[in-house]
Amino acid sequence: MPLCSKNIDNGHAGVLIDKLSKRECLMDAINLTETIDVSFIEQVKKESGENPSLCYQCGNCTAGCPYTAFFDYPVSQIMRLLQAGQKDAILNSKAIWLCATCETCTTRCPCEIDVAHIMDTLRIIARRENRVSEKDIKTFYDAFLDSVKEHGRIFEMGILLSYNIKSGHLFTDAELGPKVLQRGKIHFFPKNIKGRETIAGIFKKFLEKSKEHG
Amino acid sequence: MAEKEYVYYAGCSQEGTAQEYDTSLRVVLKTLGVSLVEPEDWSCCGSTPAHTVDHVFAAALGARNLAIVERMGRSEVITPCPSCLTVLKKSHIRMVADESFKKQVNSLLDEPYNGSVNTKSVLQILYEDIGLKRLGEKVTHALPDMKVAPYYGCILNRPPEIAQFDDPENPVAMDKVLSAVGITVCDYAFKVECCGAAFGVAKREMVNKLTYKVLSMAIDAGANCIAVACPLCQQNLDLRQEQVNSTMGSSFAIPVLYFTQIIGLTYGFSPKELGLDKLIVNPEPVIHSRIRVEKKEVGTTDTQKKVKREQITHEGIQ
Repeated sequence: MPLCSKNIDNGHAGVLIDKLSKRECLMDAINLTETIDVSFIEQVKKESGENPSLCYQCGNCTAGCPYTAFFDYPVSQIMRLLQAGQKDAILNSKAIWLCATCETCTTRCPCEIDVAHIMDTLRIIARRENRVSEKDIKTFYDAFLDSVKEHGRIFEMGILLSYNIKSGHLFTDAELGPKVLQRGKIHFFPKNIKGRETIAGIFKKFLEKSKEHG
Repeated sequence: MAEKEYVYYAGCSQEGTAQEYDTSLRVVLKTLGVSLVEPEDWSCCGSTPAHTVDHVFAAALGARNLAIVERMGRSEVITPCPSCLTVLKKSHIRMVADESFKKQVNSLLDEPYNGSVNTKSVLQILYEDIGLKRLGEKVTHALPDMKVAPYYGCILNRPPEIAQFDDPENPVAMDKVLSAVGITVCDYAFKVECCGAAFGVAKREMVNKLTYKVLSMAIDAGANCIAVACPLCQQNLDLRQEQVNSTMGSSFAIPVLYFTQIIGLTYGFSPKELGLDKLIVNPEPVIHSRIRVEKKEVGTTDTQKKVKREQITHEGIQ
């Protein structure tokens, strides 16, 4: 249900609102009373070590965010949704996955909130709850981490091949192949570090501890 | 000057798609009397993908490497890659600030990290330790046709609490380093705008749109090439430049060099020695006028009149 009402049809403001509503509705209406999840606010506070209630919605983060044109909710709205305990809206959002942690928001926040760290925390929680609105991004991250686990360092060609197969986008960046191969910029075989089992151990211990803590 | 040795964490990209960053910084540092020793059997820092999984897990992948540096009895490590830099610094800073976080991280590691290693970027040690004066002293060549837009990327200087170097909004270290070796730098408003980072594979169009802005702003600033300090920025701006052209209908052909390659050119190294043959967009148009200069003349206005013009041949560039 769009916030901007189409029923106001008299006067200049009404025309303006009508025009706006036809072009783009800013966000969907959310019934705060029904959907507030106070424990979620506490969880994010605890896991991020940040205090989202310090945000007074100046919008500086959104003004500087290079990704805001691609977000469903601008980062300042994510902060507002967080203050209102809107767990579902946040964890199902594309914004938390499209954030690149470029740190512009954190650098510019007048309240000194580490906004990028909050976005990071929200993404971690979404991943844990298996709510992934941008599957290709997660598939790429997972291909990257599989490579680290397997070899100790990343194997670029392996990551791309693995991504292409798992995402189903078989020809991603295929046109770049000749460019990098001609110049010897990419290796055909992985380079394994000696202590790669210690790296696999980090992954294993992390998984065990995650299970212990539910 | 006595040789100074640094512990050098190259990072994975510098063995693959960004090997020319590694090649060029090594010859430049060697010229400046700096030697490098690598942490034995270093591993990937985990970069962006690790911190989408868990904070402790991400810090563990970084801290494993810091523990190796500690074992070497050293308290400082340098890295060329801003992503590695951020991971190593964040791991260190968070572990030192929070004892329980440190315990959790160390519980994932075979060799615990005690919190005694500071990480710096290669740019930072060039600027702070080597210094602009010494950088300028080694110059043997000028590049009169080169006009550089220094592009720092998003996280080399941000957030300031982590980077602890230069300015987060208007960094100047690369500008100053390049000016010190006689290069003309342009005032560039998009120094720290994100290029699209690690989304090149999964969200290509988004990256192409962001990169388009970075490239067009550089050209608007009067630059004919871009200097970078990040392997991912380089990849997005150079390797993906043709993708940008096809997505955005542009016709860019602006070379994107590592700032260390540019310094190397002023020190007289051949394009091959600096890995310029690895770049996708041909840098020849901006370096073909390279000329030898006499030491005392570097930085003077009549440099070009007095020099013996020496056209550099470019066999092997492309």
